[in-house]
Amino acid sequence: MSNLPTNMKAVPDMKKLLTWTVLCIGGLAMIMPLIFMFITSLKVGEEVYTLSFWPDEPTLENYIYLFENSNFLIWFFNSFVVAIVTTISVLFFDSLVGYTLCKFEFKGKKLVFVAILSTLLIPTEMLVIPWYLMVKDFGWLDTYWGIMFPGMISGFGVFLMKQFFETVPDDYIHAARIDGLNEFQIWWKVAMPMVGPALSALAIFTFLGNWTAFLWPMIVSNDPELYTVPVGLASFSGEFNTDWELIMAGASVATIPTLIVFILLQKYIVRGVVMSGLKG
Amino acid sequence: MNTNTIASQSINKKYFSVAQKKAMWAWLFLAIPIIFFIVVRFYPTIDSFYISLTKWNIVQDKEFIGLENYIRLFSDPVFWVVLSNTFEYLILGMPISLVLSFTIAYNLDKFKFGHTFIRACYFIPYLTTAVAMAWVWRWFYQSAPIGLFNNILIELGLEQMMFLRSTEQALPSVLAPAIWAGLGFQILIFMAGLRSVPASYLEAAKIDGAGRWQVLKEITLPHLWPTIVFLVVISTIGFLRIFDQVYNMTLDGQGGPINSSRPLVLHIYQSAFADFEMGFAAAQTVVLFAILSIITFIQFKLMRRK
Repeated sequence: MSNLPTNMKAVPDMKKLLTWTVLCIGGLAMIMPLIFMFITSLKVGEEVYTLSFWPDEPTLENYIYLFENSNFLIWFFNSFVVAIVTTISVLFFDSLVGYTLCKFEFKGKKLVFVAILSTLLIPTEMLVIPWYLMVKDFGWLDTYWGIMFPGMISGFGVFLMKQFFETVPDDYIHAARIDGLNEFQIWWKVAMPMVGPALSALAIFTFLGNWTAFLWPMIVSNDPELYTVPVGLASFSGEFNTDWELIMAGASVATIPTLIVFILLQKYIVRGVVMSGLKG
Repeated sequence: MNTNTIASQSINKKYFSVAQKKAMWAWLFLAIPIIFFIVVRFYPTIDSFYISLTKWNIVQDKEFIGLENYIRLFSDPVFWVVLSNTFEYLILGMPISLVLSFTIAYNLDKFKFGHTFIRACYFIPYLTTAVAMAWVWRWFYQSAPIGLFNNILIELGLEQMMFLRSTEQALPSVLAPAIWAGLGFQILIFMAGLRSVPASYLEAAKIDGAGRWQVLKEITLPHLWPTIVFLVVISTIGFLRIFDQVYNMTLDGQGGPINSSRPLVLHIYQSAFADFEMGFAAAQTVVLFAILSIITFIQFKLMRRK
């Protein structure tokens, strides 16, 4: 009895196997650029220009040269500070505003919501010139604050959080109010713990966006000590234009940490991207 | 002063209703964000419109010149090249990436074996830094014996290609890593959309004897309509704003050879921060804003229809 269905499925199974194989090859092709990047970063001399898959003598020479002759460590630190501070700020303010627009009734609420939503229509490129002037006028050139301030609150996150606070039952909030908590405490102690997945989704999105941001950090930092990883990598690669093994080492340093984080947190990251993609 | 605060506090307790108190909390929570959005979003937007009406090199005072920047822009042949490049990125990039990502998602959705691993392979490029990947791909495109692609072509007994050094191939060559990096996001969103198609509909259609194509056309795709609109808009906006790849893959970030791969955002950047023609650059940002607004408006209309 159990043999019959398998026999009948034999032909479609071949087709399935073929599809699966094609998908697999496609997937491997997708990560090929990253594999070549990494392998080449371990090569020196003539070997860089051969198609050999694994170097005869893998070496960390390129990485050592990289860290000795550039500010990569500082850039790493800068990127980290900028991305972390921005993410914390976005999580705090966006969820506070999202909660307020979801759970409070007051005059002008609709106007505030529409106004914040409308900021999503404004492309960053339109704002960089006025931002640059602000930065110049206030003396924020070559400071962390100059890089960070445009992203401290995001309209997208407000919209996302507002939608997720809909799932927090009003009864809980009323109960907490009767228990004598003030509105800030209700938000922080009652509502926030109930939207954990949404917060992690917003955190991933914000961190990744800031970690890879290029245009604005490039405009606002002239001092190589203040570069973020993408800005530093662009200037480093421009300088060592033909030393591809060094550039590959730099690209690896910029890329591999996020990949490790992804492998560790794959489940959450995939869920977070889908959640913010679908609700946003 | 002290008695005043105490007095106002007691008034607070006695005379404000619960609703009024809640409203006060609401405005307290919103105060900083509202100031932020006014100062960092709305004011700069208006400022951009104003700057676009001036001649200004940052150092000297602004000089009001009306619509002259726009007149200059639209009579500048380079601007039309830039605009057509920008739309070429869109017209090539958007359909290719959507068809690819849908095909992959649609097929991958059916497999359990190796699902997580294969999905991870497609998704990983999305997590990379565009600048880093631009340099990796730039290396791939070099001529032999340096570049990977040309080495492979030679191994296969084919002729080398110019890639980034050719006015015809530069734009698609720059576009490729942008498509490659964005694919994983679109696949994830499509797969989530596919999950939301009710299984009972699919079963019913199969029982009625509908073929694979018919099920796809009659049931799956109509159900995916909101997902498709969402991805079309997101990727349209993305391709129209392409910058990181072009800046890092072309010589000196010029979008060459001879402007053949230069998109609007790069043109804005060069006008503002290399030529210091702030007014001229601001006029271009207004054009970008107008294009994106029209697209968002169309999206609204399309979303409503469903």
